[in-house]
Amino acid sequence: MKHPIELKINGDIYSLAVDPWRTLNEVLREDLHLTGTKLGCGSGDCGACTVLVDGRSVSSCLTLALEVQGKEIQTVEGLAPSGDTLHPIQEAFVEKGAIQCGFCTSGMEMSAAYLLSQNSSPTEQEIREGLSGHLCRCTGYIQIVDAISDAAQKMKQS
Amino acid sequence: MEQFSIVGKDVPRNDAVAKARGAAVYTDDMTLPGMLFGKILRSPVPHARIINIDTSKAKALPGVKSVITGKDIPKVKYGNWRLFADTQDEYALAMDKVRFIGDEVAAVAAVDKETAQEAVELIDVEYEELEGLYDVDATTKEGAPAIHDYCPGNVSVNRKIEYGDVEKGFGESDYIREDTFEVHAVSHAYLEPCSALAQLDLDGRITLWTSTQVPYIVQCLLASTLGMRENDVRVVKPFVGGGFGGKMELRTWEFCAAFMSKQTGRPVKFTLSREEEFLTGRRRHPMTLHSKVGFKKDGTLVAKDLRIVLDGGAYNAMGPTATFLCGNFGAMLYRYPNYRFHGQHAYTNKPPASAMRGFGAPQSLYASEIQMNMAAEALGIDPVEMRLKNAQVSGDKIPDVATISSCGFKESIEAVARMSDWKRRRKELKPGQGIGIGCYSFISGGVFNWFNTQYPFSAAEVRAFSDGTVHLLSMASDIGQGCDTAMKQMLAEELGLQMKDIRITTADTATTPQADLGAWGSRVTLMVGNAVLDAARKIKEQLFGALSARLNANVVYEMECKNGMVQPKGRPKKAIPFGDVVAMVQKSKRGEPLIAHGYYTPRDKGLVTPAFGFGAQIALVEVDRETGKVEVEQMWTAHDCGTVINPKGVEGQLAGSIQMGLGYALSEQFVMQDGKTLNTNFLDYKMPTAMDMPPSAVEHIDTYEPEGPLGAKECGEGLASPTAPAISDAVYHATGYRCKDLPITPEKILNSMEEGA
Repeated sequence: MKHPIELKINGDIYSLAVDPWRTLNEVLREDLHLTGTKLGCGSGDCGACTVLVDGRSVSSCLTLALEVQGKEIQTVEGLAPSGDTLHPIQEAFVEKGAIQCGFCTSGMEMSAAYLLSQNSSPTEQEIREGLSGHLCRCTGYIQIVDAISDAAQKMKQS
Repeated sequence: MEQFSIVGKDVPRNDAVAKARGAAVYTDDMTLPGMLFGKILRSPVPHARIINIDTSKAKALPGVKSVITGKDIPKVKYGNWRLFADTQDEYALAMDKVRFIGDEVAAVAAVDKETAQEAVELIDVEYEELEGLYDVDATTKEGAPAIHDYCPGNVSVNRKIEYGDVEKGFGESDYIREDTFEVHAVSHAYLEPCSALAQLDLDGRITLWTSTQVPYIVQCLLASTLGMRENDVRVVKPFVGGGFGGKMELRTWEFCAAFMSKQTGRPVKFTLSREEEFLTGRRRHPMTLHSKVGFKKDGTLVAKDLRIVLDGGAYNAMGPTATFLCGNFGAMLYRYPNYRFHGQHAYTNKPPASAMRGFGAPQSLYASEIQMNMAAEALGIDPVEMRLKNAQVSGDKIPDVATISSCGFKESIEAVARMSDWKRRRKELKPGQGIGIGCYSFISGGVFNWFNTQYPFSAAEVRAFSDGTVHLLSMASDIGQGCDTAMKQMLAEELGLQMKDIRITTADTATTPQADLGAWGSRVTLMVGNAVLDAARKIKEQLFGALSARLNANVVYEMECKNGMVQPKGRPKKAIPFGDVVAMVQKSKRGEPLIAHGYYTPRDKGLVTPAFGFGAQIALVEVDRETGKVEVEQMWTAHDCGTVINPKGVEGQLAGSIQMGLGYALSEQFVMQDGKTLNTNFLDYKMPTAMDMPPSAVEHIDTYEPEGPLGAKECGEGLASPTAPAISDAVYHATGYRCKDLPITPEKILNSMEEGA
C-alpha cells in the first residue's frame, strides 16, 4: 500500500504517495527526477548518493523515503544559491580539477558541505576522514581534498 | 619549445560546472515516456547445458511486456575482433550453454523495476551441469572438456614474437634468472554501473543511449546482432561515469534494450546493480608469466624469453588484444637484443576478463620490473643504474613492432632518483622501511585494425561561423578522462580562439563524423587530436586565402590565427577578426558555410602504436612487522607524456592511476570459489579511499612527440603499471618478502618473514 507523504527538498514541498520499501534515493531519482544524486552501489559503501537530512550527510540509498517525512532534505541541486552561480564548494571543485567522470562529485560535495558546517577550518587529515565514506575511481582524491580545503578558506573569508 | 597560449594551461573541464551542479545527465538519469525496465536472468552455475527454459509464468505476470531467451533472438555472434570472425564467441543471450556464473540467459522488460525482478525470478531454467574449469592449468591440460565447442584445448589465441637469437643470447649471458609470476584479477570499479536505454524511433530505426567508451563499435555490432543496417542504429554516449576499459564492447543489456524496444515499441532501460557488476563484470586478466632473462656481468641485458598464459574467463572479450600487447610490453623499456614471446589466451569458467587500464602492461611490466630489481641485487648494481644502462632511447627499433620516437625515459629515471634522493635514502632506511622503483612505457593508441573499421581511425569536423565561434564535432568519447576539454584546447590553440568560442558535440554516431574507434589504449589525445588539427588547418587555409585576397598580400607571406584575429604573421596591424574572415570566405562561396573535415589513421607506424609514453616511479613504504600492514609513505613520479595539454588533467590521471595501482598492489582482489565471485560489494572489494592515498610528487619530463598533436602523447594508462612493482620492491627491502604473486597481503608478508626468521 502506498503511503501519502510530504517531502521538503531544497526548500520545496512535494506531496507523494510511495511504497513503504522505497528509498529516498529512488524517490529523488525516479519520482522527482532530481538525478544529481547518484546511485553507485545501493549498499551505503560508495557515498555517491549522499544528501543532507536536517543538515547531516546520509546515504540516500539506505534511507527510506518514509523516514524523512517532515525533515529538511538538501540535494546537490539545492547547493548553489541560484541557477547561474555556484556554491563555493562547487566553484572549488571546478577550479581545482576535482572532477573527472563526475559520478562521485555530488556525493563528495554534499559530504564536504556537511564537514564544513561542522568544522570551518578542517586540516587535510580531517578532510580525508570526512571523505572516507566516499569512493572515487578517477581522481585519486588529491584534487578533491585540495578543493575542499580551498572552499573552506573562501567560505571563511565571505 | 613551442609557445602555446591555451595548450598547457589549467583550463577547467568543459563539463565541470554541469557535473558540479549535478546537472550532467548519465544514462540511468534518463526517463522516456512509456519506458520499460529491463532485468537480466543470469546463470547460477559455472558450466552447463541448457536443457529447457520455461518463461510461461514470467510472461503471465501482469506488467511484463517482454521475456526473451536465446531462442528469440537472431543467432549472430559478436566480439570486438571483427577482423577475425572466429574470435567472435558471444551471443547476447545463451543459446545452448552457460559458461560462467552470471552468463546471461534471459531478459525481461516490465512496467517497473519490481515487476521485472519478480518476472526474472519466475523463469525456470533446467541445466545439465558440466565440469567447471577455474584455472588455466585445468583448462589447458590434455583431455580437458572444451568450454567452447569450436575450441578444443581451450586456448583461443596464440601470439608469438621473436627476434635476434634468444638461445645464443642466453649462451652469451653471465647471469640468467628464470621466474614465474602470478598476477590477479581486479575490477575497473567505475562508479557508474553500466546502463543502456533504447528507443524505437518513429521511422523504425533504433536509438541507444549507453554508458560506453566505444559508440561506433557498439553501433556496428548492435546492428549486426539485430540484423539491421549499421546506420539504422544510432548510438549516443551521454555522460559516462568512468570506464577504464570495462565499457568497450557491445554488451548484453545494450542488445536487449534495443531488441526489446523494437519488439514492444516502447523505450527500454537496463541498469546493472553493483552486485551484478562485481559478480559478473569484466576484470583485468589474471596471468601466469614465465620469464627468463640473461644479463652480462655489468648488467647489460642480452636476452629474454617470456611465456604468458592469460586466464581469459568464459569469452574472448578484449583478450586477444591483451595477449598481443603483453608480448609487446615485454619488449619495452629496455633494449632486449634477443627476444622471444609466446602468449596464450585460455578460456576458463569464470567471468570474462577484458581490457583494463594498461591493457596487458601492468601484468607484463610487473614481471619485467621485479626481475630487473632481482637481477640488479644479484649483480650488485644499483637498480637505477641498471635501468639507465639498458633504457630505450629515441630512435630505438623493436624489429617488426615499433620505432621509438620521442622518449624521455632516461630523464624520468634520473628525475625520480633525484626527487626521492634515492641513493642517500636507500642507505638511511629505518627498520621496517623500504624504497623501490618501477617503470613503465605505454602506447598512444593502437595501430592494428582488429575491429576492421571501414573509416579513418579518428575524425573531426570543424564549422566556422561569422560570429567568431566554431563548432567542433567528433565521435571521440569523454568518459571522464577529459578529452572534450583537451580537444577544445588544441582547436582553440590552432585557430587562435578562446575556449568560450568553441561549441563541442561528441559521441553520437548519427551526427558526429564517421568515425572513431573510441576511448581506449590512450588513443584519443593523439589520434583525435591529429584529426582536429587536420580540420583546423583546412579551415585556416581558406581563411588565409581570403585574407590574402583582401590584403592583396605577397604570396610568400605566412599567415596566422592569433588572439581571435587572422593576420599576416607578426603583423597585427593588418589583422582582421576571425569571424569577419569567415564571412569573407562564406561570401566568396555565395553563402556556403565554412566547414572542414579532418582525419587521422596511423599508417606505416609498425604494429603497435605511433608513439610511446614513458615514466618512472619510486615508492617509500613502511611495513608494520607485527601485523604485516604496508603503509605507503610517499610516491615520486616522473613521466614523459610529450606536450602537456592540460596540467590539472594530467595530474588527475596520474593521481587516479596511483589509486588504482595501490589497490592492485595491496588491497584489491576478487575472492573466488568454484567460479563464483564472493566479494560483490565495495565493503568486501577493498578499493583505496582518501585515507589511503600517499603524498605524491610529480615531474613532467619535457619532450615533444613528432607524431602527436602539438607534441602530445599518452598520459592516462601508462601510470597504471609502475606503482605495483615500485611498492613491491619497497616491501622487499622492508621485509625480505619478494612478491611473485600479487596482491601483497599482510598474510603473505608475515608468512615470508616467519620462514626467513
